[in-house]
Amino acid sequence: MSTEMKGGHRQLKIWRGDRETGQLVDYELDTEPGMVVLDAVLEIQASQEPDLAVRWNCKAAKCGSCSAEINGKPQLMCKTRLDHLPADEPITVEPMRAFPQVRDLVTDVSWNYRVNEKIPPFTPREGLPNEYLMGQADTDRVSEFRKCIECFMCQDVCHILRDHRLQEKYYGPRFMVRLASLDMHPLDGLDRTDLIADQAGVGLCNITKCCTEVCPEGIKITDNAIIPLKERVADQRYDPLLKIFKRKGRQGRKKV
Amino acid sequence: MSTTSEALKPSPAYGEPRKAGATARRDRWWVQPFLVVAALTTFGIYTIVRVILSTKYPGVYTDGAHLQSPMFSPDLAGIFGFHTKLPWSFLVLWAPLGMRTTCYYYRKSIYRSYFLAPPACAVAGAARRKYSGETKMLLFMNLHRFFFYAAAIVVGFLAFDFVRSLFYATAGGGTSFGVSIGSLIMLINVVCLSGYTFGCNSFRHLIGGNLDCFDCSASTRTRHTLWQRVTTLNVRHQEWAWLSMFTVWGTDLYLWLAGSGVFTDPHHIF
Repeated sequence: MSTEMKGGHRQLKIWRGDRETGQLVDYELDTEPGMVVLDAVLEIQASQEPDLAVRWNCKAAKCGSCSAEINGKPQLMCKTRLDHLPADEPITVEPMRAFPQVRDLVTDVSWNYRVNEKIPPFTPREGLPNEYLMGQADTDRVSEFRKCIECFMCQDVCHILRDHRLQEKYYGPRFMVRLASLDMHPLDGLDRTDLIADQAGVGLCNITKCCTEVCPEGIKITDNAIIPLKERVADQRYDPLLKIFKRKGRQGRKKV
Repeated sequence: MSTTSEALKPSPAYGEPRKAGATARRDRWWVQPFLVVAALTTFGIYTIVRVILSTKYPGVYTDGAHLQSPMFSPDLAGIFGFHTKLPWSFLVLWAPLGMRTTCYYYRKSIYRSYFLAPPACAVAGAARRKYSGETKMLLFMNLHRFFFYAAAIVVGFLAFDFVRSLFYATAGGGTSFGVSIGSLIMLINVVCLSGYTFGCNSFRHLIGGNLDCFDCSASTRTRHTLWQRVTTLNVRHQEWAWLSMFTVWGTDLYLWLAGSGVFTDPHHIF
């Protein structure tokens, strides 16, 4: 991949459509060196198609609004430089395909917020002092998960949601990350293992790591969230040795 | 000015049926699954055929040194006096092969490459009526930690095999220290297998990942340090997995050829 900054004439194929139907539409424009896909889309919106719908906000890869599928891969439009894409072929820009389309590049991601409401939030352990203190090692482990910007590209690329449409049985990688951040919090007082195994459906994940590959924040979703959660479920449900040694329960945590 | 594009196919839209391989990706996403199938299938066939055909494998003896292939370790006959006409190394091989089959990295590779579930990211997988992930038939994947325990013991025997390969029986009944290319290859194999085995996700969990608090006592702080060490190996688990698979393969092939008289294992006795 060349890091040389190049501008020049480029062709984009942008998905235009509504809730029912849509198609890729060709656009051409002259680009400047260092432009990102979002720049090109906004330029087309400003100069050619004022009704082109696109969701964006910070343009700094921190708000998670401009998620799209660029050349077939989920990526943030504001973080994908044109000169990092093949120059000899058109750039396709499509909405996230795991979510219902609203219009053009805008999708309805409200399902994620409904899932989020199902997760019991941080609940401090009984008997904690008013001032919450935790060590740096614990902070480091949990803070990786707090980097999530909720772009939902991990949800988009997860084949359980995208291809098999098991939204009723699986919360998706983003919420495995949230569950991990709570389950590994040293001051939290809830044991969410049954929720993780049953309602959240961690067993449906077959660890193909696509969520990790697309995460713009570089969160090791599979290795640091999903696999540890699977192992915690295995501790309680599939490990007879731990049962023999009566290590089943988790001290200081109430089952939810 | 805009025109409707027809040359490139878009991804299946939300709600549309997805046929296997449907994607808007234009890169060569199929190369990796193809290579994985080719490598794992070849390794699997080689291992099974080799182990079945070599039921009497005694090890390689060069000037009194004993070099044991990793596919036939531990030396059940030599160490435990266990003799059978059956392909006895299957009595041990289930452990490392089971560990690899249930390994989190190999699961990714196998699901992607053999089951096409999915073959690559944002590429529609093979059609399945009811996807159940690892909740039904594949529930046994949760037993990975037990295969790890067994495989770790096998790695211990491989380390023993390496040490044993450094001692040469002399004519007077004593032993001398020596080094051969074969023993160095065995050392590389043990190092790579250790890197793979002790970077296992289950081991990472058991050594410290299962703690809710890293910084609550002296023992949890010690386990956190160990967890960090295992994590260092774990971030390269994929690389260790492939590397160790090829070193097992290469070590066996080398010792097989040396034991068959194709060449003499170059060595120096001190």
